[in-house]
Amino acid sequence: MGERKGVFVTVGTTCFDKLVAAVDSEPVKAALFRRGFSHLQIQIGRGTYIPSKVAGEVGGLEVDYFTFSPTIADHLTAASLVISHAGSGSIFETLRLGKPLVVVVNEDLMDNHQAELAEELANRKHLFFARGPHLLAQTIESMDLESLVPYTPGDPKHIADQIDAFFGFTSQGEGSVPNGEKEKEPA
Amino acid sequence: MEPDSLCTISYVFALIISLLVIRVTYVLYWTGRPFKRAPTTSLRTMIVLGSGGHTAEMLSIVNVLQKDKYAPRSYVAALTDNMSLQKAQVYEESLLNSENNVEKKGGAQFMQIYRSREVGQSYITSIGTTIVAIIHAMWIVLKLRPQVILCNGPGTCIPLCACAYLLKLVGWRWSTIIYIESIARVKKLSLSGFLLYKLPLADQFFVQWPLLQQKFPRSQYAGRVM
Repeated sequence: MGERKGVFVTVGTTCFDKLVAAVDSEPVKAALFRRGFSHLQIQIGRGTYIPSKVAGEVGGLEVDYFTFSPTIADHLTAASLVISHAGSGSIFETLRLGKPLVVVVNEDLMDNHQAELAEELANRKHLFFARGPHLLAQTIESMDLESLVPYTPGDPKHIADQIDAFFGFTSQGEGSVPNGEKEKEPA
Repeated sequence: MEPDSLCTISYVFALIISLLVIRVTYVLYWTGRPFKRAPTTSLRTMIVLGSGGHTAEMLSIVNVLQKDKYAPRSYVAALTDNMSLQKAQVYEESLLNSENNVEKKGGAQFMQIYRSREVGQSYITSIGTTIVAIIHAMWIVLKLRPQVILCNGPGTCIPLCACAYLLKLVGWRWSTIIYIESIARVKKLSLSGFLLYKLPLADQFFVQWPLLQQKFPRSQYAGRVM
Protein backbone atom coordinates (compact mmCIF):
# COMPACT_ATOMS: atom_id res chain seq x y z
CA MET A 1 0.00 0.00 0.00
CA GLY A 2 1.29 3.47 -0.86
CA GLU A 3 0.66 6.42 1.40
CA ARG A 4 -2.88 7.78 1.55
CA LYS A 5 -3.17 11.03 -0.34
CA GLY A 6 -6.26 13.06 0.39
CA VAL A 7 -8.02 15.79 -1.52
CA PHE A 8 -9.91 18.46 0.40
CA VAL A 9 -12.64 20.40 -1.38
CA THR A 10 -13.97 23.60 0.20
CA VAL A 11 -16.65 26.11 -0.79
CA GLY A 12 -16.26 28.19 2.39
CA THR A 13 -19.49 29.78 3.56
CA THR A 14 -20.84 30.00 0.02
CA CYS A 15 -23.25 27.83 -1.90
CA PHE A 16 -21.43 26.33 -4.87
CA ASP A 17 -23.35 23.19 -5.81
CA LYS A 18 -21.85 23.06 -9.28
CA LEU A 19 -18.39 22.59 -7.82
CA VAL A 20 -19.55 19.87 -5.42
CA ALA A 21 -21.39 18.12 -8.24
CA ALA A 22 -18.34 18.40 -10.49
CA VAL A 23 -16.07 16.95 -7.84
CA ASP A 24 -18.59 14.15 -7.30
CA SER A 25 -18.71 13.36 -11.03
CA GLU A 26 -16.99 10.32 -12.55
CA PRO A 27 -14.53 12.20 -14.80
CA VAL A 28 -13.14 14.24 -11.87
CA LYS A 29 -13.01 11.30 -9.49
CA ALA A 30 -11.31 9.17 -12.15
CA ALA A 31 -8.81 11.95 -12.85
CA LEU A 32 -8.00 12.31 -9.16
CA PHE A 33 -7.62 8.55 -8.78
CA ARG A 34 -5.29 8.41 -11.76
CA ARG A 35 -3.20 11.18 -10.21
CA GLY A 36 -2.70 8.95 -7.18
CA PHE A 37 -5.21 10.35 -4.72
CA SER A 38 -6.99 7.90 -2.48
CA HIS A 39 -9.71 9.84 -0.72
CA LEU A 40 -11.86 12.91 -1.09
CA GLN A 41 -13.24 15.10 1.70
CA ILE A 42 -15.83 17.66 0.57
CA GLN A 43 -17.00 20.69 2.56
CA ILE A 44 -20.32 21.55 0.92
CA GLY A 45 -21.17 24.73 2.87
CA ARG A 46 -24.65 26.08 2.25
CA GLY A 47 -25.07 23.95 -0.86
CA THR A 48 -27.93 21.50 -1.30
CA TYR A 49 -26.23 19.01 -3.59
CA ILE A 50 -25.30 15.98 -1.51
CA PRO A 51 -22.37 13.98 -2.88
CA SER A 52 -22.50 10.20 -2.77
CA LYS A 53 -20.55 8.82 0.17
CA VAL A 54 -18.26 6.05 -0.94
CA ALA A 55 -16.34 3.84 1.44
CA GLY A 56 -12.88 2.80 0.33
CA GLU A 57 -12.96 0.20 -2.37
CA VAL A 58 -10.36 -1.26 -4.66
CA GLY A 59 -9.83 0.84 -7.75
CA GLY A 60 -11.84 3.83 -6.56
CA LEU A 61 -11.76 6.99 -4.53
CA GLU A 62 -13.09 7.12 -0.97
CA VAL A 63 -15.57 10.03 -0.66
CA ASP A 64 -16.88 11.81 2.42
CA TYR A 65 -18.48 15.20 3.02
CA PHE A 66 -19.62 17.64 5.69
CA THR A 67 -21.31 21.07 5.69
CA PHE A 68 -19.28 23.27 8.04
CA SER A 69 -16.49 22.64 10.47
CA PRO A 70 -14.51 24.84 12.84
CA THR A 71 -11.47 22.74 11.98
CA ILE A 72 -11.04 23.60 8.31
CA ALA A 73 -7.37 24.20 9.07
CA ASP A 74 -6.93 20.56 10.12
CA HIS A 75 -8.49 19.36 6.88
CA LEU A 76 -6.23 21.66 4.88
CA THR A 77 -3.17 20.49 6.76
CA ALA A 78 -4.05 16.83 6.22
CA ALA A 79 -4.74 17.24 2.50
CA SER A 80 -2.27 16.62 -0.32
CA LEU A 81 -4.36 18.67 -2.73
CA VAL A 82 -6.97 21.37 -2.11
CA ILE A 83 -9.78 22.26 -4.50
CA SER A 84 -11.41 25.54 -3.50
CA HIS A 85 -13.86 28.23 -4.50
CA ALA A 86 -12.23 31.56 -5.36
CA GLY A 87 -12.71 33.23 -1.96
CA SER A 88 -9.57 35.03 -0.82
CA GLY A 89 -9.84 33.55 2.69
CA SER A 90 -9.64 29.94 1.47
CA ILE A 91 -7.00 30.77 -1.12
CA PHE A 92 -4.55 32.41 1.27
CA GLU A 93 -5.11 29.92 4.07
CA THR A 94 -4.22 27.10 1.67
CA LEU A 95 -1.23 28.90 0.15
CA ARG A 96 0.16 29.69 3.59
CA LEU A 97 0.15 25.96 4.33
CA GLY A 98 2.03 25.37 1.10
CA LYS A 99 -0.58 22.98 -0.28
CA PRO A 100 -1.13 22.51 -4.01
CA LEU A 101 -4.36 24.33 -4.84
CA VAL A 102 -6.88 24.26 -7.66
CA VAL A 103 -9.22 27.25 -7.60
CA VAL A 104 -12.55 26.88 -9.37
CA VAL A 105 -14.38 30.08 -10.24
CA ASN A 106 -18.11 30.28 -9.65
CA GLU A 107 -19.32 31.72 -12.94
CA ASP A 108 -22.84 32.20 -11.58
CA LEU A 109 -21.78 34.99 -9.23
CA MET A 110 -22.88 38.37 -10.57
CA ASP A 111 -19.94 40.47 -9.52
CA ASN A 112 -17.25 37.94 -10.14
CA HIS A 113 -14.20 39.95 -9.28
CA GLN A 114 -12.76 36.98 -7.39
CA ALA A 115 -11.65 35.45 -10.68
CA GLU A 116 -9.16 38.36 -10.87
CA LEU A 117 -7.29 37.24 -7.79
CA ALA A 118 -7.20 33.54 -8.70
CA GLU A 119 -6.13 34.35 -12.24
CA GLU A 120 -3.32 36.63 -11.09
CA LEU A 121 -2.05 34.03 -8.60
CA ALA A 122 -2.28 31.36 -11.32
CA ASN A 123 -0.21 33.56 -13.67
CA ARG A 124 2.37 33.72 -10.91
CA LYS A 125 2.25 29.93 -10.68
CA HIS A 126 1.05 29.84 -7.07
CA LEU A 127 -2.04 27.79 -7.91
CA PHE A 128 -4.02 26.15 -10.68
CA PHE A 129 -7.08 27.87 -12.01
CA ALA A 130 -10.25 26.47 -13.58
CA ARG A 131 -12.62 28.99 -15.09
CA GLY A 132 -15.71 27.03 -14.08
CA PRO A 133 -16.46 23.57 -12.64
CA HIS A 134 -16.76 22.03 -16.12
CA LEU A 135 -13.01 22.56 -16.60
CA LEU A 136 -12.01 20.87 -13.35
CA ALA A 137 -11.34 17.35 -14.71
CA GLN A 138 -9.19 18.78 -17.48
CA THR A 139 -7.25 20.96 -15.00
CA ILE A 140 -6.55 17.99 -12.73
CA GLU A 141 -5.39 15.85 -15.66
CA SER A 142 -2.99 18.46 -16.97
CA MET A 143 -1.65 20.10 -13.79
CA ASP A 144 2.06 19.82 -13.15
CA LEU A 145 2.55 19.99 -9.37
CA GLU A 146 6.28 20.50 -9.83
CA SER A 147 5.70 23.77 -11.64
CA LEU A 148 4.12 25.47 -8.61
CA VAL A 149 5.99 28.38 -7.02
CA PRO A 150 5.64 28.67 -3.21
CA TYR A 151 3.70 31.77 -2.17
CA THR A 152 5.52 34.28 0.02
CA PRO A 153 2.95 35.86 2.32
CA GLY A 154 2.74 39.64 2.30
CA ASP A 155 3.52 41.74 5.35
CA PRO A 156 0.86 44.19 6.61
CA LYS A 157 3.61 45.99 8.55
CA HIS A 158 4.52 48.03 5.45
CA ILE A 159 1.04 49.53 5.29
CA ALA A 160 0.99 50.08 9.06
CA ASP A 161 4.33 51.92 8.74
CA GLN A 162 2.87 54.21 6.07
CA ILE A 163 -0.14 54.96 8.27
CA ASP A 164 2.18 55.72 11.20
CA ALA A 165 4.25 57.99 8.97
CA PHE A 166 1.10 59.85 7.92
CA PHE A 167 0.30 60.73 11.52
CA GLY A 168 3.95 61.41 12.32
CA PHE A 169 4.19 58.53 14.79
CA THR A 170 7.41 57.46 13.11
CA SER A 171 9.89 59.44 11.09
CA GLN A 172 10.73 56.61 8.71
CA GLY A 173 8.37 54.93 6.33
CA GLU A 174 7.59 57.86 4.08
CA GLY A 175 8.13 56.68 0.55
CA SER A 176 9.78 53.49 1.68
CA VAL A 177 9.60 50.50 -0.57
CA PRO A 178 8.69 47.19 1.05
CA ASN A 179 12.02 45.49 1.59
CA GLY A 180 13.06 43.66 -1.51
CA GLU A 181 9.47 43.41 -2.54
CA LYS A 182 9.41 45.76 -5.47
CA GLU A 183 7.36 43.59 -7.75
CA LYS A 184 8.19 42.98 -11.35
CA GLU A 185 5.57 43.53 -13.97
CA PRO A 186 4.16 40.32 -15.33
CA ALA A 187 4.94 40.09 -19.03
CA MET B 1 -40.05 93.11 1.11
CA GLU B 2 -38.00 96.23 1.75
CA PRO B 3 -35.02 96.71 -0.58
CA ASP B 4 -32.85 97.06 2.52
CA SER B 5 -33.62 93.61 3.96
CA LEU B 6 -33.37 92.07 0.50
CA CYS B 7 -29.91 93.53 0.29
CA THR B 8 -28.97 92.15 3.71
CA ILE B 9 -30.26 88.71 2.82
CA SER B 10 -28.22 88.60 -0.37
CA TYR B 11 -25.14 89.75 1.55
CA VAL B 12 -25.65 87.03 4.16
CA PHE B 13 -26.25 84.50 1.42
CA ALA B 14 -23.08 85.49 -0.42
CA LEU B 15 -21.16 85.35 2.84
CA ILE B 16 -22.40 81.83 3.60
CA ILE B 17 -21.54 80.65 0.11
CA SER B 18 -18.04 82.08 0.25
CA LEU B 19 -17.46 80.65 3.73
CA LEU B 20 -18.59 77.26 2.44
CA VAL B 21 -16.29 77.50 -0.59
CA ILE B 22 -13.38 78.48 1.65
CA ARG B 23 -14.12 75.59 4.00
CA VAL B 24 -14.44 73.03 1.20
CA THR B 25 -11.19 74.25 -0.34
CA TYR B 26 -9.50 74.08 3.04
CA VAL B 27 -10.69 70.50 3.65
CA LEU B 28 -9.75 69.44 0.13
CA TYR B 29 -6.32 71.01 0.59
CA TRP B 30 -5.66 69.08 3.78
CA THR B 31 -7.13 65.80 2.57
CA GLY B 32 -4.27 63.37 2.11
CA ARG B 33 -1.67 65.68 3.68
CA PRO B 34 0.30 64.03 6.45
CA PHE B 35 0.20 65.44 9.97
CA LYS B 36 3.12 67.81 10.61
CA ARG B 37 3.35 66.86 14.25
CA ALA B 38 2.44 63.55 15.81
CA PRO B 39 -0.73 63.72 17.93
CA THR B 40 0.17 63.79 21.61
CA THR B 41 -2.73 61.59 22.58
CA SER B 42 -3.90 58.37 21.03
CA LEU B 43 -6.34 58.50 18.13
CA ARG B 44 -9.88 57.20 18.42
CA THR B 45 -10.02 54.62 15.66
CA MET B 46 -13.03 53.18 13.90
CA ILE B 47 -12.46 49.96 12.01
CA VAL B 48 -15.06 48.99 9.41
CA LEU B 49 -15.25 45.25 8.88
CA GLY B 50 -16.57 43.50 5.79
CA SER B 51 -17.06 39.80 5.72
CA GLY B 52 -14.84 36.78 5.20
CA GLY B 53 -11.73 37.83 3.34
CA HIS B 54 -12.26 41.55 4.04
CA THR B 55 -12.29 40.96 7.78
CA ALA B 56 -9.24 38.71 7.67
CA GLU B 57 -7.28 41.39 5.80
CA MET B 58 -8.40 44.17 8.12
CA LEU B 59 -7.56 42.28 11.29
CA SER B 60 -4.11 41.44 9.93
CA ILE B 61 -3.49 45.19 9.56
CA VAL B 62 -4.94 46.03 13.00
CA ASN B 63 -2.71 43.32 14.41
CA VAL B 64 0.47 45.17 13.41
CA LEU B 65 -0.70 48.69 14.35
CA GLN B 66 0.74 50.29 17.45
CA LYS B 67 -2.19 49.55 19.73
CA ASP B 68 -1.49 52.39 22.15
CA LYS B 69 -1.48 54.97 19.34
CA TYR B 70 -4.73 53.85 17.75
CA ALA B 71 -7.01 53.65 20.76
CA PRO B 72 -9.71 53.30 21.82
CA ARG B 73 -10.80 51.18 18.91
CA SER B 74 -14.31 50.54 17.73
CA TYR B 75 -15.39 47.96 15.18
CA VAL B 76 -18.39 48.36 12.90
CA ALA B 77 -19.88 45.58 10.78
CA ALA B 78 -23.09 45.00 8.90
CA LEU B 79 -26.08 43.88 10.96
CA THR B 80 -26.30 40.67 8.95
CA ASP B 81 -22.68 39.79 9.57
CA ASN B 82 -22.17 38.23 12.99
CA MET B 83 -18.93 36.45 12.23
CA SER B 84 -16.80 39.55 11.67
CA LEU B 85 -17.59 41.24 14.99
CA GLN B 86 -17.08 37.92 16.75
CA LYS B 87 -13.62 37.62 15.24
CA ALA B 88 -12.80 41.19 16.26
CA GLN B 89 -14.07 40.49 19.77
CA VAL B 90 -11.91 37.37 20.06
CA TYR B 91 -8.95 39.40 18.81
CA GLU B 92 -9.46 42.28 21.27
CA GLU B 93 -9.88 39.81 24.14
CA SER B 94 -6.63 38.12 23.17
CA LEU B 95 -4.97 41.55 23.42
CA LEU B 96 -6.32 42.10 26.92
CA ASN B 97 -5.11 38.67 27.99
CA SER B 98 -1.64 39.11 26.57
CA GLU B 99 0.89 39.96 29.26
CA ASN B 100 2.61 43.01 27.88
CA ASN B 101 -0.48 45.02 27.17
CA VAL B 102 -0.15 48.72 27.71
CA GLU B 103 -3.77 49.78 27.60
CA LYS B 104 -6.27 48.34 29.99
CA LYS B 105 -8.30 51.51 29.71
CA GLY B 106 -11.32 52.00 27.52
CA GLY B 107 -11.67 48.68 25.82
CA ALA B 108 -12.96 48.18 22.33
CA GLN B 109 -16.49 48.92 21.19
CA PHE B 110 -18.44 46.81 18.74
CA MET B 111 -21.35 48.13 16.69
CA GLN B 112 -23.55 46.87 13.93
CA ILE B 113 -24.83 49.00 11.09
CA TYR B 114 -27.85 48.64 8.80
CA ARG B 115 -26.94 47.78 5.28
CA SER B 116 -28.26 50.01 2.53
CA ARG B 117 -29.02 47.03 0.35
CA GLU B 118 -29.07 43.32 0.99
CA VAL B 119 -28.16 40.92 -1.78
CA GLY B 120 -31.22 40.42 -3.97
CA GLN B 121 -33.22 43.32 -2.53
CA SER B 122 -35.28 45.32 -5.03
CA TYR B 123 -34.04 48.79 -5.99
CA ILE B 124 -37.29 50.50 -4.98
CA THR B 125 -37.25 49.31 -1.38
CA SER B 126 -33.51 49.94 -1.24
CA ILE B 127 -34.16 53.70 -1.48
CA GLY B 128 -35.87 53.53 1.92
CA THR B 129 -33.27 51.24 3.45
CA THR B 130 -30.47 53.46 2.12
CA ILE B 131 -31.95 56.48 3.92
CA VAL B 132 -32.21 54.44 7.13
CA ALA B 133 -28.62 53.25 6.63
CA ILE B 134 -27.35 56.82 6.18
CA ILE B 135 -29.13 58.08 9.31
CA HIS B 136 -27.80 55.11 11.23
CA ALA B 137 -24.29 55.77 9.91
CA MET B 138 -24.50 59.41 11.03
CA TRP B 139 -25.62 58.32 14.50
CA ILE B 140 -22.70 55.88 14.73
CA VAL B 141 -20.16 58.50 13.61
CA LEU B 142 -21.56 61.06 16.07
CA LYS B 143 -21.44 58.50 18.86
CA LEU B 144 -17.97 57.09 18.19
CA ARG B 145 -16.39 60.41 17.10
CA PRO B 146 -13.59 58.64 15.20
CA GLN B 147 -10.35 60.47 14.45
CA VAL B 148 -9.20 57.65 12.21
CA ILE B 149 -11.41 55.49 10.01
CA LEU B 150 -9.90 52.31 8.64
CA CYS B 151 -11.83 50.53 5.93
CA ASN B 152 -11.19 48.08 3.13
CA GLY B 153 -14.14 47.76 0.88
CA PRO B 154 -17.45 46.57 2.22
CA GLY B 155 -20.30 48.80 1.05
CA THR B 156 -21.06 49.69 4.66
CA CYS B 157 -17.99 51.92 4.74
CA ILE B 158 -19.43 54.38 2.22
CA PRO B 159 -22.20 55.93 4.38
CA LEU B 160 -19.81 55.98 7.35
CA CYS B 161 -17.07 57.74 5.42
CA ALA B 162 -19.55 60.14 3.79
CA CYS B 163 -20.98 61.13 7.19
CA ALA B 164 -17.52 61.57 8.68
CA TYR B 165 -16.53 63.72 5.71
CA LEU B 166 -19.66 65.83 6.08
CA LEU B 167 -18.80 66.47 9.73
CA LYS B 168 -15.29 67.37 8.60
CA LEU B 169 -16.73 69.91 6.12
CA VAL B 170 -18.87 71.62 8.73
CA GLY B 171 -15.86 71.69 11.00
CA TRP B 172 -17.33 69.53 13.74
CA ARG B 173 -14.61 66.91 13.79
CA TRP B 174 -11.59 66.09 11.69
CA SER B 175 -11.30 62.44 10.85
CA THR B 176 -8.69 60.84 8.67
CA ILE B 177 -10.03 58.21 6.28
CA ILE B 178 -7.65 55.40 5.41
CA TYR B 179 -8.71 52.95 2.75
CA ILE B 180 -6.93 49.68 1.98
CA GLU B 181 -8.31 48.07 -1.17
CA SER B 182 -8.85 44.34 -0.85
CA ILE B 183 -6.17 42.00 -2.18
CA ALA B 184 -8.92 40.45 -4.30
CA ARG B 185 -8.84 43.58 -6.49
CA VAL B 186 -6.03 43.08 -8.97
CA LYS B 187 -7.08 45.07 -12.04
CA LYS B 188 -10.06 47.15 -10.95
CA LEU B 189 -11.07 49.01 -7.82
CA SER B 190 -14.19 47.97 -5.96
CA LEU B 191 -17.12 50.38 -6.10
CA SER B 192 -16.36 51.61 -2.56
CA GLY B 193 -12.71 52.07 -3.44
CA PHE B 194 -13.55 53.88 -6.65
CA LEU B 195 -15.87 56.34 -4.87
CA LEU B 196 -13.44 57.06 -2.03
CA TYR B 197 -10.62 57.57 -4.55
CA LYS B 198 -12.49 59.77 -7.01
CA LEU B 199 -14.48 62.03 -4.69
CA PRO B 200 -11.78 62.15 -3.02
CA LEU B 201 -12.70 61.26 0.53
CA ALA B 202 -9.76 59.05 1.49
CA ASP B 203 -6.62 60.60 2.98
CA GLN B 204 -4.56 57.51 2.41
CA PHE B 205 -5.47 55.00 -0.25
CA PHE B 206 -3.63 51.69 -0.49
CA VAL B 207 -3.84 49.06 -3.19
CA GLN B 208 -2.19 45.68 -2.97
CA TRP B 209 -1.08 45.16 -6.57
CA PRO B 210 1.47 47.37 -8.38
CA LEU B 211 -0.52 47.37 -11.62
CA LEU B 212 -3.55 48.81 -9.87
CA GLN B 213 -1.34 51.51 -8.36
CA GLN B 214 -0.23 52.51 -11.85
CA LYS B 215 -3.83 52.87 -12.94
CA PHE B 216 -4.65 55.03 -9.92
CA PRO B 217 -1.55 57.19 -9.37
CA ARG B 218 -2.74 58.84 -6.16
CA SER B 219 -2.94 55.43 -4.50
CA GLN B 220 -0.04 53.86 -2.65
CA TYR B 221 1.41 50.41 -2.96
CA ALA B 222 3.08 49.07 0.15
CA GLY B 223 3.00 45.36 -0.47
CA ARG B 224 0.31 42.82 0.22
CA VAL B 225 -1.22 42.12 3.61
CA MET B 226 -1.89 38.42 3.05
